[in-house]
Amino acid sequence: MSSNVSIVAINTFREAVRDRVLYNLIFFALLMMGAAILVGQISLGIERLVIINLGLSAISLFGLVMAIFIGVGLVYKEMDRRTLYSVLAKPIRRAEFLVGKFGGLLLTLAVNTLLMTFGLAGALLYVNRHFMASDGGILIAIYFILLEFALVTALALFFSCFSSPMLSTVFTLGIYIAGMFAQDIRNVGVMTKSPALTAITRVIYFLLPNFHNFNAIAAAGHGDPIPLALVGWNTLYAILYVAIVLTAAATIFAGRNLK
Amino acid sequence: MATPAIEILGLTKDYALGHWRPGKRRSLDNLSLEVQDGEVFGFLGPNGAGKTTTLKLLMSLIFPTAGTARIRGRSIQDVRMHREIGYLPEQPYFYDYLTARELLDYFAQFFGYSKAERRERVGRFLELVGMTQAANVQLRKFSKGMLQRVGIAQAILHDPKVVFLDEPMSGLDPIGRREVRDIILGLKSQGKTVFFSTHILSDAEMLCDRVGVLVGGKLQGVGAPGEIVSLEVKGMEILTDLPVGKTLPMPLAANATATGQRYRIQVPEAELYTAFDQLRACGAKILTVTPLRPTLEDYFLKLVENEKAASHAVEVTVP
Amino acid sequence: MMRGKQARRAVLAVVAIAVLFLAITPLQKRIDSQTRTVEKEKEELLLTSGPVLKKLSLGYSALLADIYWTRAVQYYGGWVGDRSAKFQLLWPLLDLTTTLDPQLIVAYRFGSIFLSEPQPIGAGQPERAVELVKRGIQGNPDEWRLGTDLGFLYFWHFHDYDDAAEAYLEASKNPKAPEWVRIMAARMADRGDALVTSKLVWAQIYQTTSNKEIKKQAVQHLEGLKALDDERHLDALVEQFKQKFGRAPSSLAELRDKGYLGGIPLDPAGFPYRIGPDGKTELDPKSTVSTELVPPNAITPPPPSTHE
Repeated sequence: MSSNVSIVAINTFREAVRDRVLYNLIFFALLMMGAAILVGQISLGIERLVIINLGLSAISLFGLVMAIFIGVGLVYKEMDRRTLYSVLAKPIRRAEFLVGKFGGLLLTLAVNTLLMTFGLAGALLYVNRHFMASDGGILIAIYFILLEFALVTALALFFSCFSSPMLSTVFTLGIYIAGMFAQDIRNVGVMTKSPALTAITRVIYFLLPNFHNFNAIAAAGHGDPIPLALVGWNTLYAILYVAIVLTAAATIFAGRNLK
Repeated sequence: MATPAIEILGLTKDYALGHWRPGKRRSLDNLSLEVQDGEVFGFLGPNGAGKTTTLKLLMSLIFPTAGTARIRGRSIQDVRMHREIGYLPEQPYFYDYLTARELLDYFAQFFGYSKAERRERVGRFLELVGMTQAANVQLRKFSKGMLQRVGIAQAILHDPKVVFLDEPMSGLDPIGRREVRDIILGLKSQGKTVFFSTHILSDAEMLCDRVGVLVGGKLQGVGAPGEIVSLEVKGMEILTDLPVGKTLPMPLAANATATGQRYRIQVPEAELYTAFDQLRACGAKILTVTPLRPTLEDYFLKLVENEKAASHAVEVTVP
Repeated sequence: MMRGKQARRAVLAVVAIAVLFLAITPLQKRIDSQTRTVEKEKEELLLTSGPVLKKLSLGYSALLADIYWTRAVQYYGGWVGDRSAKFQLLWPLLDLTTTLDPQLIVAYRFGSIFLSEPQPIGAGQPERAVELVKRGIQGNPDEWRLGTDLGFLYFWHFHDYDDAAEAYLEASKNPKAPEWVRIMAARMADRGDALVTSKLVWAQIYQTTSNKEIKKQAVQHLEGLKALDDERHLDALVEQFKQKFGRAPSSLAELRDKGYLGGIPLDPAGFPYRIGPDGKTELDPKSTVSTELVPPNAITPPPPSTHE
């Protein structure tokens, strides 16, 4: 049963790799690394900081773009083009297919991130000639970014099950931004005196994916230690939230009449 | 009696007319039929009759409004049942960036074959559908006919007991159609059950043990092709080539159509040999002699006429 | 045959495009020279609210901080040396930078000097400098150097010895802080010789910064302080001369001839001092040393403290 998931996942990965969009994105990402070195040079004493900030921001941004761009078409395109017909006639459950798609895209993002991490490491070595102990924070920041990707991919996949790529992009972006502002939404509720609003915003806060949990770019740049406990909690949060979204997606997909 | 390969009981599918409009469109109305093991069953009907809807329901790509179906005794809701069936969708479309070989290998993986087994099977079935040369070409470069062949290959490479083909001849040239006919006959000789939909009646006549005719979502008749239409022979048709300069003698010419020197002449059966003498006298070369029977096509057209009349009647009565 | 024709057409197209770009280049330069005059006048920051910008940056605030810091540095570089410089945008830029990344120490240290220095060297806003450095200390309590910057500001620009002493004392509590910080705190508390203290303060700034601009500024001030010190001594000698001879000396050469000086003393830049028309020693007008930017109270003894 789980082998069906990995079969679909590897095929999804292979399809993404063959789609040339990926290469353009990687090219731009590596370009950013080069730019980071340049910008660091004109930044008066904070080369390392700039390289880390620019590099991590590039990894985060490109990955998000890819997660959304590819994710919103993952299921929709198959339904629209009917490539799905032959697959679902095989002994595979719809839910397995869905999770496989998720896994494949996440794998693609992970490989991509790995490549960009090498680029970042290269840029750092070029400037510093050696790694420092505090560079470990960078790896944690990248891990958090991957957790973010998992959440966004799941959301994009969810919308892909029932709405067109354009709408899905809007929805997914909307939730991402709302998730970034989750704390502010909650604060607004706290500051108003209305108990109803406070309660509502509190519920919204817990419903939304709280992406601010995963932002460790500044900490990595300044070499601040990131508590291991946070790594554990964030991992758990990501797993739970992804499970919620995928379950919802699988439920919708399972009952869907294909055109 | 053994479990039928395919049992369909009261299968019905309604579609909403639109997101906001009330009312439904019934695309399949209470379909019930059985197909036995080893039968080749042709599912006939004009476009829009509900043939593809039926197949999609059986594959659980869409879900019935009412009714059930079982394949080899298992409910269509049981995904394990898919191990034993193969499906060729109408107008198949596959992953652009895979090659034919990679696609078949991908599908084969779902059946748990070892790598060696997969390689052997994929190679064998690529050869069967004539795609060995194009095995390593990306599917996005394939013509419709080539995709159709790959589609057939993916439907049968895991040795399913029941094979469902939606318009298997579509997009193929005459050679391709003959190859598909041979494949279907090959499947039959292996004892498999074949259920295919088509609107090409001559194929159905030639291949099927039984046919079912679907018009307007309703099953109009089920039976052997010969049972559906009467066996009355209406006459004979002679195909003949006349030498240059000669023309056809009179009684024959009245019932003939010509393309260049080639004539199609219809004669009553009793007058067949008289016609032969006349043609021999002209020096004509007789190519074929075929009995004229009302074909499925005639039956078909009549059914469609009746259905149209019925629905018109309905439209008139509703205010 | 087809290939040859297509290849030739492709080459022609490439050449045509290259030529067109060559034509665009001088045109762009022409446009640039027009807009550059326009741009320098319009000093504008579209967004000045740090917290808003931080929210809008959607998690990329660290990177944005770096961008604003770079912009601040370039802004400073664009105006440095210009006699009409006012550096009005320096505070908003540094404000944004440090709101986006409260841990960007270089920004606080840069601001402590160049926000407080009078125009045209800096923005002439020592209160803003204090505000910035205090924010820095709050966000980075472990960064003792910011505490010394605060102490410097209180001493140099506000002549507030008590607050200066407190700032240095807080900084000295950090085990990583070197000995001189504690000594400086004591100096402030004791209100020792202002000139010596000033020299110490700028010497420390010079040593603890890696920023070239700040080092340059420190050297300027140290030279100016030395010059003031020298002038003070020379003025004392002039007084002695007056006492003895009943008139002002005509020049420092006379002082030398009368045995008060071994030779004509040179300022830190190597230019000779001289006696000005008001009878006070002054710098050679060609000298690169400047005493203008030293606040007057930096060298006069402090008033006796009224609180203890």
